[in-house]
Amino acid sequence: MKEPKIIVVGGGLAGLMATIRVAESGVPVQLFSIVPVKRSHSVCAQGGINAAKNLKGEGDSTWIHFDDTIYGGDFIANQPIVKSMCEAAPAIIDLLDRMGVMFNRTPEGLLDFRRFGGTLYHRTAFAGATTGQQLLYALDEQVRRFESEDKVQKFEGWTFLSAVLDENRICRGICAMDLKTMEVRTFPADAVIFCTGGIGAIFRQTTNSVVCTGTAQSALFQQGAYYANGEFIQVHPTAIPGEDKCRLMSESLRGEGGRVWVPRNAGDTRPARSIPEKERFYFLEEWYPKYGNLVPRDVATRAIYKVVFEEKLSLAGMNAVYLDLTHLPREMLDRKLEGVLEIYQKFVGPDPREEPMKVFPAMHYTMGGLWIDNERQATNIPGIFTAGECEYQYHGANRLGANSLVSCIYGGMVAGPAAVKYARNLEKGCDATPESVFYAEASRQREANDSLLNQQGFENPITIWKELGAWMTEHVTVVRVNANLQKTLAKLDELDDRFSRVNLADRTQWSNQTLQFTRELGNMLILARVITLGALARNETRGAHFKPEFPERDDKNWLKTTKASYNGGKIKLEYEPVDISLLPPRSRKY
Amino acid sequence: MMADKTFILRIKRQAAPQERVVWEEFEIRYRPHLNIITCLRDIAEKPITRAGDGTTPISYDANCLEEICGACAMLINGYPRQACSALVDNLEKPIRLEPLTKFPLIRDLQVDRSIMFENLKRMKCWVPIDGTYAIGPGPRMSPEQQQIGYPMARCITCGNCLEICPKVNDHTQFVGAAIINQVRLFNMHPTGNMHARERLEAMMGPGGIQDCDNAMNCVKVCPKSIPLTESNNEINRQVLKHAVWDWLNFSEGPTERDEEWKRLGIQK
Repeated sequence: MKEPKIIVVGGGLAGLMATIRVAESGVPVQLFSIVPVKRSHSVCAQGGINAAKNLKGEGDSTWIHFDDTIYGGDFIANQPIVKSMCEAAPAIIDLLDRMGVMFNRTPEGLLDFRRFGGTLYHRTAFAGATTGQQLLYALDEQVRRFESEDKVQKFEGWTFLSAVLDENRICRGICAMDLKTMEVRTFPADAVIFCTGGIGAIFRQTTNSVVCTGTAQSALFQQGAYYANGEFIQVHPTAIPGEDKCRLMSESLRGEGGRVWVPRNAGDTRPARSIPEKERFYFLEEWYPKYGNLVPRDVATRAIYKVVFEEKLSLAGMNAVYLDLTHLPREMLDRKLEGVLEIYQKFVGPDPREEPMKVFPAMHYTMGGLWIDNERQATNIPGIFTAGECEYQYHGANRLGANSLVSCIYGGMVAGPAAVKYARNLEKGCDATPESVFYAEASRQREANDSLLNQQGFENPITIWKELGAWMTEHVTVVRVNANLQKTLAKLDELDDRFSRVNLADRTQWSNQTLQFTRELGNMLILARVITLGALARNETRGAHFKPEFPERDDKNWLKTTKASYNGGKIKLEYEPVDISLLPPRSRKY
Repeated sequence: MMADKTFILRIKRQAAPQERVVWEEFEIRYRPHLNIITCLRDIAEKPITRAGDGTTPISYDANCLEEICGACAMLINGYPRQACSALVDNLEKPIRLEPLTKFPLIRDLQVDRSIMFENLKRMKCWVPIDGTYAIGPGPRMSPEQQQIGYPMARCITCGNCLEICPKVNDHTQFVGAAIINQVRLFNMHPTGNMHARERLEAMMGPGGIQDCDNAMNCVKVCPKSIPLTESNNEINRQVLKHAVWDWLNFSEGPTERDEEWKRLGIQK
């Protein structure tokens, strides 16, 4: 066979790492991204990246990192693959350091580490409070270098529509759309690596970026890929509520000493700083003395819900709690956290160095994603690999802070070579695939566009999206009640029906963002159903999945991975065992 | 019941580069903390002008909505800035939106800034590593050095500094402050410095540092407060030093160092 053809879809951390690994092995890569890759959502990661380098004399180890991750994820992650990630993490930090990431330093010139949620160790390397941005830029620069050597060809401003599958359901390439010219085209490939990130847009007001719609995952799901553990959705405890998005206020603020509190007296209208210490309720520190403000995110989020909705101790006039940094030295705040404080100042106004911030939980991350095997980041569709937030391994039922960046990079490092190996071992590559297979897929996608463009009706895609987001946020995030999940499914039926009557206010064929968004919305509606069905079925409480009707973890019935599949418009759930060969499950009490 | 408070948004629109320019006005319902992105989404939900005419939703680029991806730069009341962090409360009404003018227009408020990424490529803005294999830690760096490098590394490639620069125009190829700042960043990194010579030579070529006329508008519009003036001065200094060094050493025939480089297989 000739030199294989590899496509990477998505240019965030995982996609860029996969691209680098493929290009490094001498195989050319075509890299597709909706936005210029340097603008990918990875830039929003703030606090840092975990690796048990044990540079603070605490006796940290990759085993403890592994244990924290499995325990934090409430034992539903397959253990060997998580262990491999934790073992690879220290070398990943070294690699990023060699690439020129401006990590914060100790006086000796070594990397500095800070504390994060769900661990008692200083394990998080960081570059100010814009670590994701700095990591993404480092990988972007390396990819640009390969681009200058013609080993990488970028297709920025293209959106993935569907995989090209041959008659044996083997992936032979992709079908994509140029977002400027609206041209729909197929691209042959022997293997495709999907690194298409999160799904936040399904919940609308989240910490995610605009492109995080899960459209690619949903399209692949509809083409036969399994979607695993969709019901596990992380709600970050501290964000600035906002109409267009909720802006993350990093866990690192608490890692560096920030404290969460509310006034002990309901409806206290005094300015925060004039409330005396004894009239403040530091509920995380009181309830969780060992981990304090650094309990895992699901625990902190539920605690905030309890304080705000059950104990009615919310701040006057809004559902929020204080995140207080005013006792910390200014110099340290500026050196280590400026990027986040700047966001608060620009979008809210007051200086968090002077006045406690007002924050509230917001949907942040999906632990679930495309199902992959336990070794090669391979989906059940031959030729399709994936890495990053769009797949389901590594984080179980709740992701620990600063583990996402390491899982993205590790996943990309594995997926790249795995895809190359698969492609090289193919007896017949995409070159041998009949032209008609590509033609048929492109026609299908053009027809889907035409049908939307010509559709008559009075429904607006943004209105449907707003309702979808509101329902999913209310019923399928922090507290899940079966009756409400049932109602949500009925609502999704209604939205599906209305979606078939969407009227595109723009029918042009040049940079038609309405058409692009409406296609994404169609895919969001299907993933929303996968998430809701998974949550409805799982009658237990585990990690971020909290059901008051079933308040305990139920290992006997539910220590298993949810696998959703799609056939003829119907979603089916099945389950497979979790690999718990290294750590026996124990009860999770912080 | 009191009517909702509203305000006016005036948007410069162009359906495609070859199409004619039209200005459209929209009446937007006021809410506290509203930003320009939310206004544009309001219009997408109800694409009707103030005059009551149906129109198309506005095309624009946006992604992170927290001023760290660089996507949503546009002219807001004539000033280049990010639409996500432009709060309606702080803007003079009616609010005027226009696309950046120094980049090819795509549609409405959307422009093509790929030239910036091309220039980063041309200037070799990367650290030349041997490979991604586990071959140990990177070079040590003092906290002081990191505190100089990190602010430079926060550039979001939004293009505001190019938009405001009088020397970025149809008659020059000036790369602009963003790129010069990146050259400084990589020249200061211990490994990145190994390409310093090539970067400085590119900086001496067309569109390089000599095109800067020190208007220093760039630093005023940088959303990340990057010390662009310092970066310009530093690269100017490096380029001068490099040029003088070149002139002293290589202006007349091969020198010893030239010979040595030749032996080592280094191309001058």
